Amino acid sequence: MSVATPTPPKDALGSFKENLLQAPRRILGTALRSGKPTTDRTRSSFVFGNVFLHLHSVRTHRWSLRWTTTAGLGIASAAAFFITLATGILLMFYYTPYPETAYQSIKDIHFVVPTGRFIRNIHRWAANVMVVTVILHMARAFYTASYRAPREFNWLIGMGLLVTTLGLSFTGYLLPWDQLAYWAITIGANIAQSPREVTDALHITDYFDPGGLQRLLLLGSDTVGAEALIRFYLLHVMILPLVLVALMSVHFWRIRKDGGLAKPADADARLGPPPGETYPVFTEAPAKTYHLAAIVRGRTPAVGRGPENTVPSMPHLFYAELGVLMLTLFVCLALSLVSDAPLKELANPAAPENPAKAPWYFLGLQELVSFSAFMGGVGIPTIVLIGLGLIPYLDREQAGTGEWFGGPGGWPLVKRSLVIGFCSALVVEGFAIRYGWIREWWLQVPQLVVTVVNPGTVLTAIYGAYSVRLVRRYQSARAGALGLFTCFLCGFLVLTVIGTYFRGPNWVFYWSPAQWPGH
Amino acid sequence: MTATPGAQRSRLDPEPVPRRDLLGLASLWSTAGALLFGLLGMLRLPKAAVLASPSKKFRVTLPEALASGEAFVPPGRPVSVFRDAEGVYAISSICTHLGCIVKPAQGGFTCPCHGSEFSADGSVTKGPAPLPLSWLKVTASGGQWIVDEGATVPPGTKVNV
Repeated sequence: MSVATPTPPKDALGSFKENLLQAPRRILGTALRSGKPTTDRTRSSFVFGNVFLHLHSVRTHRWSLRWTTTAGLGIASAAAFFITLATGILLMFYYTPYPETAYQSIKDIHFVVPTGRFIRNIHRWAANVMVVTVILHMARAFYTASYRAPREFNWLIGMGLLVTTLGLSFTGYLLPWDQLAYWAITIGANIAQSPREVTDALHITDYFDPGGLQRLLLLGSDTVGAEALIRFYLLHVMILPLVLVALMSVHFWRIRKDGGLAKPADADARLGPPPGETYPVFTEAPAKTYHLAAIVRGRTPAVGRGPENTVPSMPHLFYAELGVLMLTLFVCLALSLVSDAPLKELANPAAPENPAKAPWYFLGLQELVSFSAFMGGVGIPTIVLIGLGLIPYLDREQAGTGEWFGGPGGWPLVKRSLVIGFCSALVVEGFAIRYGWIREWWLQVPQLVVTVVNPGTVLTAIYGAYSVRLVRRYQSARAGALGLFTCFLCGFLVLTVIGTYFRGPNWVFYWSPAQWPGH
Repeated sequence: MTATPGAQRSRLDPEPVPRRDLLGLASLWSTAGALLFGLLGMLRLPKAAVLASPSKKFRVTLPEALASGEAFVPPGRPVSVFRDAEGVYAISSICTHLGCIVKPAQGGFTCPCHGSEFSADGSVTKGPAPLPLSWLKVTASGGQWIVDEGATVPPGTKVNV
């Protein structure tokens, strides 16, 4: 404690003055509890004495701090979220969620409110950055096999975070109440209703209509109107952020409880001895082991071996995290300066945009729903989510944990899967674009056939078959997962690029927007 | 449930539930029950007994010069009204795929969102739409026509005065 020792008081007024003068330093000292974090011990209490910082462990393994371990993607996602949170609260000062005024309030934010346009741009770009970093973070966790025991459940929490992130982006899309927003939500709400494609074909919609119920719950009405706007607003500013914060807290906390980031078994050997200035935790090798059988399973982790290859989280980890936060902020600000968030004409329920496009990360899905609403919008995403969720429970192997492309097959397998994933997506899409699909050849085809057999399901089946082949060939679930995950990333990329750049009016394929017919 | 007398129990084994734990169990199950019923009640909330949506019935006056098979689109309504020798009929413009508004084109309708195409009677000729466009109920009313977007009729139903 660096609080100065008080001089013996002469009288009550004198001690009052003395205490008053020392109050600022005492407030700081009592807030920090342990003085300045200058020694390893005060650095430790700096972390565990602080409710926000104690989600981190006191010391961090040197492996976790290497740039190539995580590329800072998880922290970047969290940083992007905090940026959207701050800018979102600022936007709420002016935004009004009613159809008559929503569009005008966004216009006010854009043209009248000082810094309003900049704040809105940052909000929009940070949301985009968040979607990108969440997807990349998931790919990182997958390719380094970090989902394995004991981190299986944290992978599921991460999937919850992915879905919530996409939900936040999608609900935010409606709020400006312009043409882009209105028709994206109309399409989205009808995707929620698309189980009717199956129930209609089976003639059971009158008795069992989950699709209609989902749409009704989402819109609060049978058209996109005031009820839908207030529901999306509520989801966007209240429900989903709360869910996201709760899931994030669990996600972070479990990282720590699961023993930090995943690292290879021989990480210590690979890192070599700690640098000379590192102060050892145990000044002599601990000789005893102790047992706390009634409280924890197994022996306490640090016993028998000091945490040699760890460094204090303060400052090493926190400064790295701050660096990533600043980098994310810089990217969002730079993008906001060069590119404005779009605002089209006021929503017109009588005439859709042509083409009416969803936000870019949903255009892959939009490409799929242009073959079958149910399969593209509900069926295939569900299959993908179930598949992703099962990965840690099917891959119970050990080899390659914590290493990039670790496991049987490794990087050569991923390279091959990249080729196969890209080629099959391009071939299936190219075929459907060039020759059409079943209904173009045979008009009277039953709807169920189109629902079950369409380019989206064919591509999914190809990827699935390829992955099963890999499992058999390498006798390893990890090899199959590597192939499947890589293929789905390729498919996502190909479909998104086609949906974004090569689809024009009436969702017709065009090589460039210059060829679009005028309207 | 009580422990068997005489049996040695390790202090690591789970403790058997004594009868006086009744209050604890009661609080546990009443909490679970309250949560369950509260949740069921909340599920009822998002669906209002009366949906806030604009009226689905509206009046149309068809122009005298409307040619046979030419679409008349009442302003602000997702409906195309036609008149031919057999009578007047209305076809919904809401695409059965994902709810975009189809445009009357030569000999049918096209959807701008995902490229579905429909023939003049609303049946699907191309694209992902799972169902034909619905025909809507039309009634004559003193030289005008009343179209009800909420009521469908079998395709081919045409109305005369």
